[in-house]
Amino acid sequence: MDPTTLSLIQLGVVFFALGFLGRMAGRIGMSPVPLYLLGGLAFGHGGLIDFGSINDFAHIASEIGVILLLLMLGLEYTARELVTGLRQSWMAGLLDLVLNMAPGVAVAFMLGWGPVGALVMAGITYSSSSGIVAKVLGDLGRLGNRETPVVLAILVIEDLAMAAYLPILTAVLAGVSFLGGLTAVGISLAVITAVLLGALRYGHIVSNVLESPDRESFLLKLLGAALLVAGVASALQVSAAVGAFLLGIAISGGTAQNASRVLEPLRDLFAAMFFVLFGLNTDPHSIPPVLGFALLLAVVSAATKVVTGWWAARRQGIATLGQARAGAALIARGEFSIVIAGLAVASGAVPKELAALATTYVLIMAVFGPVAARYVEPLVRLFQGKKAAGKEPEVIF
Amino acid sequence: MNIEETPLPGIGVRRELRLATGRRVGVVTHRDGHTELILSRVDDPDACAASIPLSAEEASALGTLLGSAQLIAQLSAEQKDVAGITTHQILIRPGSAYAGRPLGDTQMRTLTGTSIVALLRGDEVIGSPRPDQVLEVGDLVVIVGTETGLAEAARILQSRL
Repeated sequence: MDPTTLSLIQLGVVFFALGFLGRMAGRIGMSPVPLYLLGGLAFGHGGLIDFGSINDFAHIASEIGVILLLLMLGLEYTARELVTGLRQSWMAGLLDLVLNMAPGVAVAFMLGWGPVGALVMAGITYSSSSGIVAKVLGDLGRLGNRETPVVLAILVIEDLAMAAYLPILTAVLAGVSFLGGLTAVGISLAVITAVLLGALRYGHIVSNVLESPDRESFLLKLLGAALLVAGVASALQVSAAVGAFLLGIAISGGTAQNASRVLEPLRDLFAAMFFVLFGLNTDPHSIPPVLGFALLLAVVSAATKVVTGWWAARRQGIATLGQARAGAALIARGEFSIVIAGLAVASGAVPKELAALATTYVLIMAVFGPVAARYVEPLVRLFQGKKAAGKEPEVIF
Repeated sequence: MNIEETPLPGIGVRRELRLATGRRVGVVTHRDGHTELILSRVDDPDACAASIPLSAEEASALGTLLGSAQLIAQLSAEQKDVAGITTHQILIRPGSAYAGRPLGDTQMRTLTGTSIVALLRGDEVIGSPRPDQVLEVGDLVVIVGTETGLAEAARILQSRL
């Protein structure tokens, strides 16, 4: 069969199947990310069916998917929110960084993946999934809760930290010299600072350039700018994803809202492709050997997130139940962990098992996170009930 | 009364009041414009007993319901301040000459010097109605002016066909 025809058929099957998987995820109220990964595993090498011929398209599509994921993440925050978040919660952010990078680093050394592997695994266990956490908080009706701003502040700092971490990671993965690495980090930190300060004062200029009353030209300008900035950032070793994130921050106000609305369907499409490609490139047979480590990592890194949230909420004078809710809300890992693993695997600087471990880990955490967030409260109440035996349950309203 | 404002990065803004009972009641305004009414729990003040999503229309209708009591209280408070100025509420009865006609037809300001500041229609408050606002049977016309002006206004609005 003509290769193009074959690719079309295979792509059609993949998107169709993803559509059903996404619907299923929505029905049971979970993130579609783990299902997309499973879909990729099923269609990849060593899976149920081998869909090799969509690799070319999937490759560029998944690249665009990451750019759009990060661009929309940037659109969600204003520069002011980032700066205020950083000022108010840097201590919680620091604890989050140390506690949650540690499990990844430990496992990488246990498996003998060296310092590069440790840096990659650190990022994978560090970053909570902003997408999953924000959705879970909304779904559970917790936006009015007192601990919610604490949780969101931690997410904001994590996303900012990613803007610094990703360029460092790309530099290390590219195997540049120590001096070259330092230069890359220097450039990226300077760029991030400049963009944050610039967005605070001149964000409206970027918005005005992109703004257009016509939907079509707005979309084209927006996408063009995103790919351009991402490409230039990539050429400067700052990582394409960070460039897109920073562009998202610089776009402000009404333009940002319109941009989110226009880009959302595109992001859903290309990001789904990104998760699928990651699954495609992971051989399901490589999962069983790392399953034990993934479970261990899941348990330990869930505990460290709970401690982080607990501590941060406690500092804001929130009671035990709220502390537990804040901790459990942060457990979910997702898109960022896969973005990091994707970068690492693509560079070839890390062993293949890392992809298997990352996939398994995110599969577990993206499913377990929302469940934990939902059931932590009854669990803590049960525990408290034992302490205060015989106490009548209080009326909720 | 203190309204506490908390930014929710990536989501929107939360504005809330602490009630005398110690509970928090407020509104989460999402970026996309839809709102959520929140009420904190009694046994766990950090958490919410209810967070009720409202469409833009529902939110504004609820705001009007809560505000109409407020508006009338405010009007009667204002009338105490200014000597010689009074607020009246006049009902448009069935058979009134002006039921179904625009407010401008009454020529209220020209004839009596009074001002129609609001219409109360069922649960709805129409503030500062324009001359083309059509009056309906059952409307409560809130009107401000001098005693003589108001007496004249009542006579006009209650005149029969």
